Parts: sequence; structure tokens; C-alpha cells
Amino acid sequence: MWKTILRRMVVMIPQLFVLSLLIFVLAKFMPGDPFTGKITPETDPARVEELREKAGLNDPWYEQYVRWIGNVAQGELGNSYTYKVKVTTLIGERALNTFWLSLLTVILLYGIAIPLGVFAGRYENSWFDRGVVLYSFVSYAIPTFVLALFLLYTFGFKLHWFPTTGSVDVRFDPGTFSYFMSKIYHMLLPAITAALLGTVGIIQYLRTEIIDAQTMDYVRTARSKGVPTRKVYSKHIFRNSLLPIAAFIGFTITGLLGGSVFIETIFGYPGMGSLFISSIASRDYSVITTLVMLFGFLALLGSLLSDIIMSIVDPRIRIE
Amino acid sequence: MVQQDNKEKQEVVSSPPTGMQVVWREFKKDKVAMFSLVALVITIVSIFIAAYFFIDQEEAMKISLRGKFAPPGADYWLGADVGGRDVFGQLIIGAKNSLLIAIVVTVITGAFGIFVGLVCGYFGGWIDNLFMRIIDFFITIPSTMLIIVVITVIPKYNAWAFIAIVSVFLWTGTARLVRSKSLSESRRDYVNASKTLGTNDFVILLKEVMPNISSILIVELTLNFAGNIGIETGLTFLGYGLPPETPSLGMLVSNSRSPLVIENYWWAWLPAALLILFLMLCINYVGQALRRSADARQRLG
Repeated sequence: MWKTILRRMVVMIPQLFVLSLLIFVLAKFMPGDPFTGKITPETDPARVEELREKAGLNDPWYEQYVRWIGNVAQGELGNSYTYKVKVTTLIGERALNTFWLSLLTVILLYGIAIPLGVFAGRYENSWFDRGVVLYSFVSYAIPTFVLALFLLYTFGFKLHWFPTTGSVDVRFDPGTFSYFMSKIYHMLLPAITAALLGTVGIIQYLRTEIIDAQTMDYVRTARSKGVPTRKVYSKHIFRNSLLPIAAFIGFTITGLLGGSVFIETIFGYPGMGSLFISSIASRDYSVITTLVMLFGFLALLGSLLSDIIMSIVDPRIRIE
Repeated sequence: MVQQDNKEKQEVVSSPPTGMQVVWREFKKDKVAMFSLVALVITIVSIFIAAYFFIDQEEAMKISLRGKFAPPGADYWLGADVGGRDVFGQLIIGAKNSLLIAIVVTVITGAFGIFVGLVCGYFGGWIDNLFMRIIDFFITIPSTMLIIVVITVIPKYNAWAFIAIVSVFLWTGTARLVRSKSLSESRRDYVNASKTLGTNDFVILLKEVMPNISSILIVELTLNFAGNIGIETGLTFLGYGLPPETPSLGMLVSNSRSPLVIENYWWAWLPAALLILFLMLCINYVGQALRRSADARQRLG
């Protein structure tokens, strides 16, 4: 068990290394440097050169890379050029918002997907099943930004059921109950959107798993013993099919991170995804590089998490 | 009646349904798939005809302040946007560009992915190891973000640069799928027999292995096509896709990023969003019907 996890983590290291190298090279190609904003036409070119020399920008690239990685490892990520604060402070704030949104999304996602998948499999070829198959097809085919816009337009702008931007109502003080409720209220529509888009995998897995289980030996045995149909499903089939669903959490996290760029931008939610887009627009390079690195790390962590859960749930697939 | 039955039986015995026949039967059985296919063909053909023969891009992109947010009517079939540009004209030109870009990306990523997959699965060894590491890397990195970063870094940015950048990130899925199929196919008797006869490896790959997995390839390419439309329009929607001189469906939808427009002027963004949805649903449905006909256990007909 521990060996498996350790081996997976060792595999992660070269991937992170290559990703960091890629990001570093891209950052070098980005026009401008940390002094671009401070230079005015009156600044003496010799002084600029001196500053560049002092900051090590004239060193060979590999020395700069090693220094950068060293700083990243120590949490020294520089300052945001636009917001004039430390990158860690800025991203920390936004990361918390993205975390809460993702948590709510995961809860909704499993809350929608499990009953749909289970009942579609239980009553195969019923009207309900056909409806679920149609729903999962549409949610698989529709692009994230199209669904987000439809929901925002319908429920935000036309029906006024949900707020259309922001993460909290500014009238409330932090810490109060109404502040907390307002936060949830603002997160609800983006979370529903992301949840609807993420359910396909779980629904399809559960549905086919339950349909396949109906002809398996252990189910036939239970039936021939005289176990009532209802109990065969609730005590035998569901238990077997539901456990591996836990492993989907890792992939779900990876998927949510990818979609967060669209969801947060459209719903005006101040998380890491919308921070990324606004940093790109303002060419805030220290924030961009940190965010890409962080998203890459989290995606790797997500797939590691899935593998770990899978090997706990199903000992047969432990990696040799 | 009996005669007819016999006749049918004889036909079945004489020629087992292959290739296009199977696909045709599947589509005849599945009315929705048939409808999707017909609707898709009609839409795509009319978009191209309209874009090349009836709509002048200059005309459609011309700014006229008097027409600002003109509602749909006789002058503007689908209204006008903030610059008084005709939404219908932009829709047609944009759809043409989006479709063309998606087709080119699908062809490039498909050709490269299929080639890498075939070679890796067939030869195995160090080349397979190398490419699998590369593919693993690409699958775990946040590709949407990296594509956006690369797009902002590139100095001379145009539609071809977009195609190249996106293709670099999108060939891996196909390569991985084709590799697994090529791996199992390469262990079959017919491949061994051909090898024993001294056939060149690449002849075996292209003339023997590839035709045997062609049905899977067609399904994969169809679904990729839909996916690529989604990726291009999505990135353009965010403002990091096609450059402004190449209008796309995503650019029309991005009108909705202004709260004023999304709330009050639905015609400026909704038609493009609906067209994207329609294309995605049809292509994906056709892809699924093709997938069913490629797998004997799932066939309806």
C-alpha cells in the first residue's frame, strides 16, 4: 500500500520538473521584466542595467532557473505587479474561494449523479432510464461556457433567482450567519453548472455496473436463497457498485480545476480560475507562472488521490 | 412471404454485412442518429455555401453606429451587435471559420496521433516507453491554461499559430487510444503471418493493421471534431482563441461577457451559443451511433 503511494509520488517528480521547466521557458518569452512598470522615460538606462544585473536577469538561463525553483520551493513567489501584494497572499485568498466552490460542487455532483445512476441501472429501459441517458448525453456534449451562459441568462438575469456576479454580498460582515449564507447563495449557480457537467462519468459507471451485476453469480445466489428483490439491490448490488465511485473524486477535482477558468470567469466569481484570466489580461507574470504550476500540481495530486483510493477500495488493482 | 424470408436468409449467408452496410443499418434503425446526420450535413453545407457565395465578410464586419443593437427585423435578420454589425452575417462567417479550424485541427492531431499510436503499439520497446511518458505528461498538465499562456507569448499571432498551438496539446488522446488497439492487433495471427512472409513493417501497419481498426478511428475522429469545435469556441470566447480578424462563433458568444448585452440583447450572443450547442449535439450523436455500429455487441440493427 505505502509502496504504491511512494512509487506514484516518485513518478510525479519528473512530471513536475518538466512542467516547471516549460513554465520557466514560457515566462522567459513573456515580454517585459519585473522593472518594466517602474521605468519612466526619465530613468537612466545605466541604472536599469544595474538593477537587472543585481536581480540576476543577465545570468545564464539555467542559473536563473535553479534560483527560481529554489525560491518556489521556499514559497518565495515574488509580488503581483497589478495588485502590489505578495503572490502567495493574493493566491491564498483566491484559492480559498475556489476551494469552497469546488467543495459545494463535489457535494452537488455526487448528490445528483448517485441517485440518477443507481435508479437508471435499477430500472433499465424505463422512462426514467431513458431520461437519464439523454441527460448524460447532453451534459457530455455541451461545452462548459455554453451551459454556464444559458444558466446565468435564465436563472440569473431573467428569473433573478441567483446573483449574477461576485462571491458575497458586501452588506454583510464577515463571520456572521448571513455572510455565510450569502456566500453559499453566490456559489450555488456556478456550483450547479459545474456539477451538471461533471456527472456523466459517475452516472455511466454506476448504470452499467448495476446492469452488469444483475447477471452475476453472487446476485443469482442471493435471489435463489429467496432474498427479496429490493434487498438484493440495496444490500448486495449497490454496496458493490457504489464503493469504486469514491475513486472518481480525484478525476473530478482535476476536471473541476480545468473548468474553473470558464465557470469563474462567466459567473464573476473571484477564484483562481478568474484570477488566471485577469492576470493574463494584465500580463501579471509572477501570478501566471505560480497559478499554472499550482494547477499542474493539484491535477497530479488529484490523479494520485484517485489511485490511492482505488487501491484501498479494490485491493486487486494495487500497482505491482 | 416465405419466399421473401428465404431470399433474405440467402443474402445474409452469401454476404455478411460489412463496413458501410453496418453503418447504414445502424442509422436506419436509430431515427435520432439519422436526423442528426441529415441535419448536420444540411447545416454544414448551407453554412459553407452561404459563407462563400452570399455573405460578404467586409459587409458583415462593417461598423455602423446607427444600427447599434438593432433588434432582429428586416434590415438585420438576427439583429446587430454593439458596433451595428449584422449578427446573422457574423454567425455564418464565424461558423465557417470555427468549422474549418476544427476540421484542420482534427486532421492534424488525428494524423499525428494515429501515426504515433500505430508505431508505439506495433514496435513497443523504447519508442513506446518514450511516447507514453510524453503522453502521460500531456494528460496531467493543465492544458487549457498552458495554451492560453503560449498564445499570449507568441509574437506574430494568427489563425495558423492557433491551429499549431492547439494541435500540440491535443494529439495525445488519439495516440493513446490507437496505441492500445494497435498493441492488441499487432499480436494477432494475421500480422505474424504477414511478418513471416517478409512484409515491410510499415506496409503491415498502414495496409493491414490500420484498416482493421478503421472503425474505431472514424469514431475517434468524429468525437474529436466535436471536441475541437468546443475547444476553439471556448478559447475564443475567453479572448485567447482566434485573432479578432478571423471571426468565430466563440467571438459572437463572447458578446455576452458584458452584463448589459447578456441581459438585454439576447440576439447578440444566443444564436451563436445555440448553433454551437446544435453542432455539438449532432456530431456527438452521430459519433455515438458510429461507435455502436463499430461494436457488434452494441448494434441496434
